[in-house]
Amino acid sequence: MSSRDVVLRRVREALGHAGSASGEPAAAESVTSEAAEYRRVGELDAEARADLFAERAAEYRVRVRRVERDGLPSAIRAELEAHGVRTAVAPADVPEAWRVAGVHWRLDGAPGSGGLLDTRALDATDAVVTGCALAVAETGSLVFDGGERQGRRLLTLLPDLHLCVVREDQVVQTVPEAVTGSEDAARRGAPITWVSGPSATSDIELERVEGVHGPRTLIVLLVR
Amino acid sequence: MSGGTPRARPFSKAAREALQDTQLRRNLARATSTIREKRLRATEELPDWQELREAGRAIKAHTLAHLDHYLMRLEQNVVARGGQIHWARDAAEANAIVQALVSETGVREAIKVKSITTDEIGLNDALAAIGVHAIETDLAELIVQLAHEPSSHILVPAIHKNRAEIRALFLEAMGIAPSELSDEPAELAAAARRFLRAKFLEARVGISGANFAVAETGAVCVVESEGNGRMCTTLPDTLITVMGIEKVVPDWRAMEVFLQLLPRSSTAERMNPYTSFWSGVRPGDGPQAFHLVLLDNGRSEVLAHRERRQTLHCIRCSACLNVCPVYARVGGHAYGSHYPGPIGAILSPQLLDSPEADTLPFASTLCGACYDVCPVKIDIPSVLLDLRLRSVERRRARRGRLAALDTEDGAMRLAAAVFAEPRRYQWAQRGARLAQAPFVRDGYLERLPGYLAGWTRTRDVPAVPAQTFREWWRERRGSGGSQR
Amino acid sequence: MRLALFIPCYVDTLFPQAGRATVAVLERLGHELTFPEEQTCCGQMHVNTGYQREAIPLVRNFVRAFGAYDQVVAPSASCVGEVREIYPRLARLSRDPELVADVDALVPRVHELTSFLVDTLGVEDVGAYFPHRVTFHPTCHSQRVLRIGDRPQRLLRRVRGIDLVPLPNAEECCGFGGTFSVKNADTSSAMLSSKVASVLQSGAEVCAAADNSCLMHIGGALHRQRTGVRTLHVAEILASTETHPWRAP
Repeated sequence: MSSRDVVLRRVREALGHAGSASGEPAAAESVTSEAAEYRRVGELDAEARADLFAERAAEYRVRVRRVERDGLPSAIRAELEAHGVRTAVAPADVPEAWRVAGVHWRLDGAPGSGGLLDTRALDATDAVVTGCALAVAETGSLVFDGGERQGRRLLTLLPDLHLCVVREDQVVQTVPEAVTGSEDAARRGAPITWVSGPSATSDIELERVEGVHGPRTLIVLLVR
Repeated sequence: MSGGTPRARPFSKAAREALQDTQLRRNLARATSTIREKRLRATEELPDWQELREAGRAIKAHTLAHLDHYLMRLEQNVVARGGQIHWARDAAEANAIVQALVSETGVREAIKVKSITTDEIGLNDALAAIGVHAIETDLAELIVQLAHEPSSHILVPAIHKNRAEIRALFLEAMGIAPSELSDEPAELAAAARRFLRAKFLEARVGISGANFAVAETGAVCVVESEGNGRMCTTLPDTLITVMGIEKVVPDWRAMEVFLQLLPRSSTAERMNPYTSFWSGVRPGDGPQAFHLVLLDNGRSEVLAHRERRQTLHCIRCSACLNVCPVYARVGGHAYGSHYPGPIGAILSPQLLDSPEADTLPFASTLCGACYDVCPVKIDIPSVLLDLRLRSVERRRARRGRLAALDTEDGAMRLAAAVFAEPRRYQWAQRGARLAQAPFVRDGYLERLPGYLAGWTRTRDVPAVPAQTFREWWRERRGSGGSQR
Repeated sequence: MRLALFIPCYVDTLFPQAGRATVAVLERLGHELTFPEEQTCCGQMHVNTGYQREAIPLVRNFVRAFGAYDQVVAPSASCVGEVREIYPRLARLSRDPELVADVDALVPRVHELTSFLVDTLGVEDVGAYFPHRVTFHPTCHSQRVLRIGDRPQRLLRRVRGIDLVPLPNAEECCGFGGTFSVKNADTSSAMLSSKVASVLQSGAEVCAAADNSCLMHIGGALHRQRTGVRTLHVAEILASTETHPWRAP
């Protein structure tokens, strides 16, 4: 008998099925929706959502700037310059306009441009610029699913500064909306990462200290 | 284990010692009261907090009631995405599996994300036994590892250490000159960052636990603050995750409940800095070999008991530790288990098989503060009561005929016999009044004997008065009317 | 209605004054009371110490003593909590269907005193007079098991002459916990010292509660330390009137 058989048999016996498998349970979704009426959808309009996102993200020490569409490239340039960024990396599919002058750019994952960047080279890069899949207003969170303009997970982890371009229409209000919004990606098996502020720890006398392992500076450009 | 196995002792003995450690008392009082207030604000902010708790409970209850089905679905979906599943009956088997997987890679070091499950099974020691050093990368786990101590809190393992103590540890372990490192938390964190970054970049094997695993999609989830979880789960070629079977949730949608319950209950934030989901392997992104070890190690037995099954709802938020007046005074080591506090008082006796662990269900006044805050509504007091019955039965079974000699056992059986019969009860009242006579001072007793001696070490107790209530009632009734 | 008094064993034996006060209050409100003498102890100590089977005869005795009455009132949230929440469980443990039925029928008729006054009798002003500074300790059983909320405080606020002051960290457990107080005496004492500090910080002369169990523990330390602060059951305060004011024994 394999360990798999042993464990499953123990579970079945514990549940009183004496060895045979549990029947197909009722769809889990009906369990949650019947259980309790928690909020699923927010009531704020797009403008209020964007404002809330900006406010909440700022509370977690995210630097948030509101920009107009045509002001985006100069905003990117201004931020990178202000933070002394000289080298930056971006996923291969970011718009050319984002790759502003004054910075040495490397693209990650473009065929024929070096493919995936070497880990140490990534670590030595000052900044990373990406888009995102979604943003969550109530928690000030960014959601990444490896899709358009996001690249692979390592990109947003190693460089010390992460600048993320978020369109206002990507902002949802509640956590349930964000989970629903990434359901397709989840079903496809895409890796999904939620980022809420720069890296932090409260391990020393419960004082929240920023910047342990992830990017210590997180900048969001919220585009109308 | 990070720094060792907590020493198993009867709780009352361990607590007595811990209570006298004034530094520990100070650290704990400050830490638990701070986070208690934060948690209250974080949960009061949500208008639907109680509904979310109920949903969390319902999802967990449903999943456990169909656990075999969901485990098989999880397996199917992890494998479909290129991951591998291993089933472990117990700690020994889980360790053997991980040892074999790590040996295959030929590494001497592995990076680890905090996982109480791996502490439970003693994985670090098992790896050391095959010459592999498992480096703890959570700041607090790093601290307790360097201090060679066991962790004392589910969430904040180094809660028992203050900044001065931590600085001292770092100076020694990281070879830093004293003048280069103050005890400011920011500087301490920076020192840890530099030390660990080097390790992250070299590592080829990562080991983690999991907060949740989604059966419907095969996604495994790690909730964290520092980013070391992301490092360990994306940088190495090989990722091994050890997970208790109770961590599975049915579907992706369930995460909308747990992603609200967990951060607000644990670190008392709207959202923790990083939450990662991955399914199997993804070409060009992250580890190319993923192994998920599904661990039983006594969980199926907890599942078997209707009243105790809810113990497995736990999402390891540690809210119960922070509101527990017992935990706040004695700290985690006193529980002698990797799972301390209220949840530890019900989980540890069920997972461990020891007389010491059997004292844990009594480490509580049943005040219920834990139940009030539990995000998945585990009725801890109710499970404690059930486990107290189990503790007494186990003690009787262990001692056999000698059980009759146990002071408490004898006293309880005698008291039950007295209380079962009104006349015996009244004779006992009169008997007590007689026996106490030489010891009464101004209506109080200052010294009680035997089993009750602990009371009078710090408290007086009123003596039985000249007239009990029923004696007064009888007299009043006899005199033919109500009187004041 | 036939109103029976359930006077817990430790009230009967050590704090009869709280029982007498309960009688005084209910009779002043015009009720006729009986005290069924077959009652002994509800068995909470046994249940909470893991001797649940030994408590089953006590459940039977309780049913025998009180089964015939319309309503049963007790000046103890913890004992009423025991009956309401645990008796059904014990009855099922006994596997005696008759006991299960008897318990299920009796449980809804058992009331804690302050809940009985406020909810069943609909009264908050019981005509009391108590010109002293009082702080109120809400016991864990009353708050989290029976959920009587602020009923005791509502009754106290209507007492003439009373100076009711808040208790810091009121909702924190005092550390009694039944046999916990002796089995884990050190931890119990540590929790107690915080509660005593809170009581002293309140500036009150009297610490009141709806349960003599906690008061025995808090009062035991207040007395040992010669703090000059005493404990009283809420009933004793409610029983005090202008014509018959409470006097220190």
